[in-house]
Amino acid sequence: MDMKRDWTLPGLTVGFALIAVVGTLVLPDWLMALTVNSFSRALAVLGLMVLWRCGLVSFGHALYYGLGAYVVALLGKDWGISEVLITLPAAALLSGLVGFGIGFIMRRYREIFFAMLSLAFSMVMYGILVKTEALGSTDGFSIEQPSFMGWTPEDATEKLHTIFLMLCFICWAVAALVHRYLQSTLGNLTRAIRDNEIRVEYLGISAQHAVHIKYVMSAALAGLGGAMLAISLGQVDPDSMVNWPVSGELVFVTILSGPGSVVAPFIGSVLFELIRTYAFEWVPGAWQLIVGATLLVIIFFLPGGVWSLISRAIGKREDL
Amino acid sequence: MNGLSGADAMKRGLFMSFANTLRAAGVATAAVIAAGATLSSPAWAKDTLTVAIPAFLSGPAAGPFGVPARNGAEMVIDAINSGSLPAPYNTIGFAGATLEAEFVDESGGNTKQVAEYRNLVQKRNVDLVIGYVSSGSCAALAPVVEELQTLTIFAVCGTPRIFEEAPRRYSFRTMSHATADAVAAAHYIKDMFPEIKTYTGVNQNYAWGQDSWRDFELSMTQLMPDSKASENLQFPKIFAGQYGSEISALSLDPSELVHSSFWDGDLEGFIFQATPRGLFQQKKVIFTVGGTAAYRLGKRLPDGLIIGARGPYGILVRDRETELNTWFINTYKDRYGTYPSGPAYQYGQGVLAAKIAYDKAAAAAGGFPTQDQVIDAFTGMEFESFSTTVKMANGAGHQAITENVYGISKWNDETAEAGVTDVKFYPAECVMPPEGASSVEWIEGGMKGAKC
Repeated sequence: MDMKRDWTLPGLTVGFALIAVVGTLVLPDWLMALTVNSFSRALAVLGLMVLWRCGLVSFGHALYYGLGAYVVALLGKDWGISEVLITLPAAALLSGLVGFGIGFIMRRYREIFFAMLSLAFSMVMYGILVKTEALGSTDGFSIEQPSFMGWTPEDATEKLHTIFLMLCFICWAVAALVHRYLQSTLGNLTRAIRDNEIRVEYLGISAQHAVHIKYVMSAALAGLGGAMLAISLGQVDPDSMVNWPVSGELVFVTILSGPGSVVAPFIGSVLFELIRTYAFEWVPGAWQLIVGATLLVIIFFLPGGVWSLISRAIGKREDL
Repeated sequence: MNGLSGADAMKRGLFMSFANTLRAAGVATAAVIAAGATLSSPAWAKDTLTVAIPAFLSGPAAGPFGVPARNGAEMVIDAINSGSLPAPYNTIGFAGATLEAEFVDESGGNTKQVAEYRNLVQKRNVDLVIGYVSSGSCAALAPVVEELQTLTIFAVCGTPRIFEEAPRRYSFRTMSHATADAVAAAHYIKDMFPEIKTYTGVNQNYAWGQDSWRDFELSMTQLMPDSKASENLQFPKIFAGQYGSEISALSLDPSELVHSSFWDGDLEGFIFQATPRGLFQQKKVIFTVGGTAAYRLGKRLPDGLIIGARGPYGILVRDRETELNTWFINTYKDRYGTYPSGPAYQYGQGVLAAKIAYDKAAAAAGGFPTQDQVIDAFTGMEFESFSTTVKMANGAGHQAITENVYGISKWNDETAEAGVTDVKFYPAECVMPPEGASSVEWIEGGMKGAKC
């Protein structure tokens, strides 16, 4: 065990406070919207990162991502509830609950079986949404304007700034919690499970149980991320939220970010969104090619993700 | 995937120091700020306008819809910039400002389009947006357009919901919606095949397919009350590509007529797969968006299909010899090597409508107009487009009505070109609901006030 003092928590606090303050002062609207989209996705990626540390890759977390989004959308549509203090926790809770149920099956599988089974579950959800006209079918539907503690923003800029600040706070809190969790005994089991499950069992801990907890956690986080995205974009639809390319995108960002730190998903997400935005703008007919090529480059040259680049650079300087 | 993590990277990352985290956060913040400072676009000069043209540039809708749509818009924009449109539209630019077109991909899902639309307005600072093929895109964008307050002209998308569910200020649609296609289809069946008693449908399972079928069935109930819809309807997913089981089900269904609002690659795929199985010999089939397939499939398009083009566009108006239409067909054919299909006309029409609104607003304002003045000029205007007269009569002056038309496909051996016979036009006031009426209620109420 490394005995160096861990400064992640104060780092997160200062980092997100800086982003919130500097962002509010200097970011143009489009870049702030991009950051909001990125951070929403980063919440889901954070959950995937925890799973990945166990050696598990889920190709189906769009299930929870979309579930969170649809919970927000449906609460507004059918019950007229647009208060984020209700919709966000509801989305995370319900996603966590569904994850808890499905987790009983998922925890028994590893590797490719885990990946494919998660994909299957998410496609079931996709199928249901596409076939149900009352849920908007392939088109989805738009979401009520959100209210924040009873207050509804007047215009688009006000709404965006509120969401940005709220999201900075949520991301800080979630990242800190996940970090604390990863430092705990159960959290530290992630690598042990990946390396040798039998030894974990001999230590007197159920590996299945540990995987189950992490699965529920990642489901709730994906639900929260999807809910945030839905609130900021004002629209849900199965193809952008639940279909398998969305799950793939989440895995993509996880690989791009690297599993090194709870900070990584936030950097990786922003980077991904920037790459995609510019690829889309410069080569509207073949932007997917650029995004795909980026993933190849990362896999070949940076298997630890962008985070490895940052930690390496900083690590070297520290040695001096 | 396991091998990718890299144990070393993980260790370093797991037990990093405060300085690491702080610097990492700093790097991220700096990167974001730097990106913002260096990459935001400069404000546009007064003498040019940036127009975003979204259309499917990738995926199965790109070939039949996205490309002709893009070409139609590009050709009309170039002609406007050089002042070479036929009179009375031969002035340069939009109120004198030349256009810079930015073509954007519409694929990837509605929510993605919402995010991209924000980028167009807030990052790329476009002055107006003209386009969108899919009903899904338009339904998702309509509220966002109001929020971001940027003039947006929906060029093709068909769902009637846009202007029926809420009043809009910043969006317009310069062609009729899906109701016109369905009502005109029912009229055409009644006029040409009054003996038909049973019909079924194969439509894509999303707003466009569902709305199209619903309106068609309601119209048939009104216009041919003796006919009956099959219980066994096919609703495959959009972009499904394979229709083996649907074709089998249709063949076994005793209905005499099949209604389909298929478009994009699905339409062509369906025709290819159904032809060898004899579906088109066995039944009458009406394709409400069949026009786009005519030029692309050429001789491979079976004769005897009832085809529409979502209005008076493409192959159905090829013989209309007005100066504007002749210019459109010849210029398009010279430039792109094929006849213009529906989407080319429809996107061209959206661009032309914006020019007329800008010019009209400029004349009224005595100088370059503000967006609000353009919107006021646009609202309720009536203009002569390339192939038809367009009246912005519905949706409080934001939704166009035009005539609609159907014909029967027939390959012309002499000219070796796709053609249509038995072309019948239905006036706008016959196929579109009157201002203020909801489509469904209007059809169900017996199409009151329709002037056919």
